[in-house]
Amino acid sequence: MSDWHTSTLTQLAAGLRARKFSSAELVRAYLQRIDASQAALNAFISVTREQALSDAAVADRALAAGAAGALTGVPIAHKDIFCTQGVRTTCGSRMLDNFVSPYDATVVAKLKGAGAVMLGKTNMDEFAMGSSSETSFYGPVRNPWNPQLVPGGSSGGSAAAVAARLVPAATATDTGGSIRQPAALCGITGLKPTYGRVSRFGMIAFASSLDQGGVLTATAADAALVLREMAGFDANDSTSVDTPVPDYVAALERPLAGLKVGLLKEFFDEGLDAHNERRIREALKVYEGLGAKLSEVSLPNLPLSVPVYYVVAPAECSSNLARYDGVRFGYRCEKPRDLADLYRRSRGEGFGAEVKRRIMTGTYVLSAGYYDAYYLKAQRVRQLINEDFRRAFGSVDVLMGPTTPTPAFAIGAKTSDPITMYLNDIYTIGANLAGLPAVSIPCGFVQQLPVGLQIVGPHFSEARLLSAAHAFQRVTDWHTRVPPGYA
Amino acid sequence: MSAWETVIGLEIHAQLATRSKIFSGSATAYGAAPNTQANLVDLGYPGVLPVLNAEAVRMAVKLGLAINARIAAQSVFARKNYFYPDLPKGYQISQYEQPIVAAGALDIVLDDGEVKRIGITRAHLEEDAGKSLHEGLPGVTGIDLNRAGTPLVEIVSEPHLRSAKEAVAYMKKVHTLVRYLEICDGNMQEGSFRCDANVSVRRAGAHQLGTRAEIKNLNSFRFVERAINYEVARQIDILESGGQVVQETRLYDPDRGETRSMRSKEEANDYRYFPDPDLLPVVLDEAFIGAVRATLPELPDQKAARFASQYGLSAYDAGVLTASHELAAYYEEVVRELPQEPKLAANWIMGEFAAALNKENLEVGSGKLPPGRLAGLLRRICDQTISGKIAKEVFEAMWSGGASADAVIEAQGLRQITDTAAIERMIDEVMARNPAQLAEYRAGKDKLFGFFVGQVMKATAGKANPAQLNELLRRKLGG
Repeated sequence: MSDWHTSTLTQLAAGLRARKFSSAELVRAYLQRIDASQAALNAFISVTREQALSDAAVADRALAAGAAGALTGVPIAHKDIFCTQGVRTTCGSRMLDNFVSPYDATVVAKLKGAGAVMLGKTNMDEFAMGSSSETSFYGPVRNPWNPQLVPGGSSGGSAAAVAARLVPAATATDTGGSIRQPAALCGITGLKPTYGRVSRFGMIAFASSLDQGGVLTATAADAALVLREMAGFDANDSTSVDTPVPDYVAALERPLAGLKVGLLKEFFDEGLDAHNERRIREALKVYEGLGAKLSEVSLPNLPLSVPVYYVVAPAECSSNLARYDGVRFGYRCEKPRDLADLYRRSRGEGFGAEVKRRIMTGTYVLSAGYYDAYYLKAQRVRQLINEDFRRAFGSVDVLMGPTTPTPAFAIGAKTSDPITMYLNDIYTIGANLAGLPAVSIPCGFVQQLPVGLQIVGPHFSEARLLSAAHAFQRVTDWHTRVPPGYA
Repeated sequence: MSAWETVIGLEIHAQLATRSKIFSGSATAYGAAPNTQANLVDLGYPGVLPVLNAEAVRMAVKLGLAINARIAAQSVFARKNYFYPDLPKGYQISQYEQPIVAAGALDIVLDDGEVKRIGITRAHLEEDAGKSLHEGLPGVTGIDLNRAGTPLVEIVSEPHLRSAKEAVAYMKKVHTLVRYLEICDGNMQEGSFRCDANVSVRRAGAHQLGTRAEIKNLNSFRFVERAINYEVARQIDILESGGQVVQETRLYDPDRGETRSMRSKEEANDYRYFPDPDLLPVVLDEAFIGAVRATLPELPDQKAARFASQYGLSAYDAGVLTASHELAAYYEEVVRELPQEPKLAANWIMGEFAAALNKENLEVGSGKLPPGRLAGLLRRICDQTISGKIAKEVFEAMWSGGASADAVIEAQGLRQITDTAAIERMIDEVMARNPAQLAEYRAGKDKLFGFFVGQVMKATAGKANPAQLNELLRRKLGG
């Protein structure tokens, strides 16, 4: 069978269980695709070939014994922000170029427990700081739809890998849009769960109050299957929430008729590219046709989300990244003269420019005399944004709007202007600030480049979001489009 | 009167006696080989997260209740950011704006017996850092992270202390309290109980506080007293010669007996505190606080008041006997066996027993001379088998040999002579041997009474019953 890569993860899992093909065959086929694409896309930092083949053999034995889990034998990739025992975990940084994690992240352990076979670790913006996957120490990731363009970020490697069908699913993390924005720019489905739904233990921290692990897949149904295995309370993460994990797969077919959809007025602003807007409006028409009731809602404080984010996230990152000091693990400069020199050069040489920029911003906003004006004020505005969302969900079930203002942009186009780069996350950051679940699904093309529709729901409404996305994907085929050259 | 007034506030760090660390499951036991009690959380590895130890919360609440403080319904952990090799994460998890224990107070007794109330501003939970090692490592610095993540409660006093002596009395009071509560082993050599002292001086009668220096990491009562006295003298010297005290952190050097500058205010870290996003606020309800309250033991002040009224002891004696709950328990064991003699028991425990412990640097609970044994000795004083003086000899023999009082008395023939005829015989002999003194006494030199007592005691090897001897002697000498 040669069209495995155009099958969904759900189909592959079923095929494996029906023993139509083996995990070993599947893994070899995907490894081949990864190898063939690496020069063009640079989607992977590490490929764990030997481990994958031996895990596939184990999976095949389990399948033969009828002792298979939900994902047994299914190939996946992990964003290189998740710690993987015995496997290099770099977070896209020179700082961790030599870091082999002594433990598995909870997400990694759970997916392993469900039988998934890891093929490798995907490329990303350094420490997840970026919207284009250009800040990686391992070089930029390229968009499979056009290698001159960025795939989005920070989970650009995972998004490019799923879009080019190098794996049927890849884990990712979303601090300000890092799952949804690359999903939109690569034409795939990206789910950022509710803050606390998926354990952060073993997920290298960028901004702890915003970071949330999730998944990139071709379809909403695939995302439902993977989320069901990833989610759940973890005693090792005090911010994970102890609430039951529903069967997202079983909930997919929930009827859509009567769904109250709020159109976020603030998302249809002057920054939104007119062509993008047209695709979004067309998608909304599809939802109307499915029985959704559309109305406009306003979240007046939402436009403040970018400035709030660029205070809160750098503040947390400046503290979270203090542990990379050249003392216990990671990069250490050559021949430090003294302690100050060890710190200065290890960090100066180990971190890239964007990481340094954010550490400096964060250090500044937390400094004595500035804390109230920046950090405290940002936290207050964050509360207001929370309130805006809460009020909106009093009258609608979900909010819809664009995931990004424009389709993918050229590599290098925004690297010299951080503010323009930051504005690319203008529609995604709100959900992070409020801890809400959100999904981006492909909804059309502008000049051969995919456009993403974003759906945001109340806390723990993943089942609702996925069923709404699934209803759309039952009547459209944007999610089945594969970039030319990877079909 | 001095022209200067000393103002001191203490920040006491007490290591909580939990089995595991405050945010990880590693053991807290002292003295293990370096870095054998530090897991990935303690080492600050990428991706790890802290999980709060509930036992540490319980212990902090216990302390708060014992100092009559308000327990915060919600307290928040914050990150204190600074770089140091023994601080693995580059920040210490502490509490800043919302500590778990709000204002409370403790009473101390001054030298003149006056009771002084010392305000406690707050007490908060935090994690300890590791240690840098230099000994035996020429040219390099070793880091031992066994201590990293050990739970501490920091108890911050108001600047209510007016002398080194008061500071020590307060610190001892807190030391007693945390040991009563069994939340800290109080071991100062191992650093389980230590303090920073904020010291300033001002003109007597002035209202505004002087510029303070903070003396870091004092781990003995003696050092606290010496360091503060040195620092006060240093600051007065500066001010009297027209200089200005600089706000700074200082270290006490016990070998030289002086404090020296560690870093000035300008060099001080900006800790960039902010709420730790990895930990939820600690929310405590009345039920939890009530459950902790139910575990409170009788507190030192309550016990001292009870000792004074129940056993008829002076406030001073009651204070000494309740300074540690082990000593208080020992006392009550002795009194249980000898209920009619609480005062005698107090005198012996505070006197011979305390001195003997001190000499050998032993704790009350060491097991040397159990309370029943001491009661056995005191019983022999009461029933006049031996005199108080002989009892001291018996005590020494019991202390070094471990035998019971009766065994020592029998073996050494120390039984008191209470036979009137026998004592009279001795008196007659002494009078016969010392006719000159007898004549002088009878001529009115009363002072010689003691001479005759001594002579008879010598003749009986100290065993004559002193009261009986006095009475008989007085009668005989009178003629």
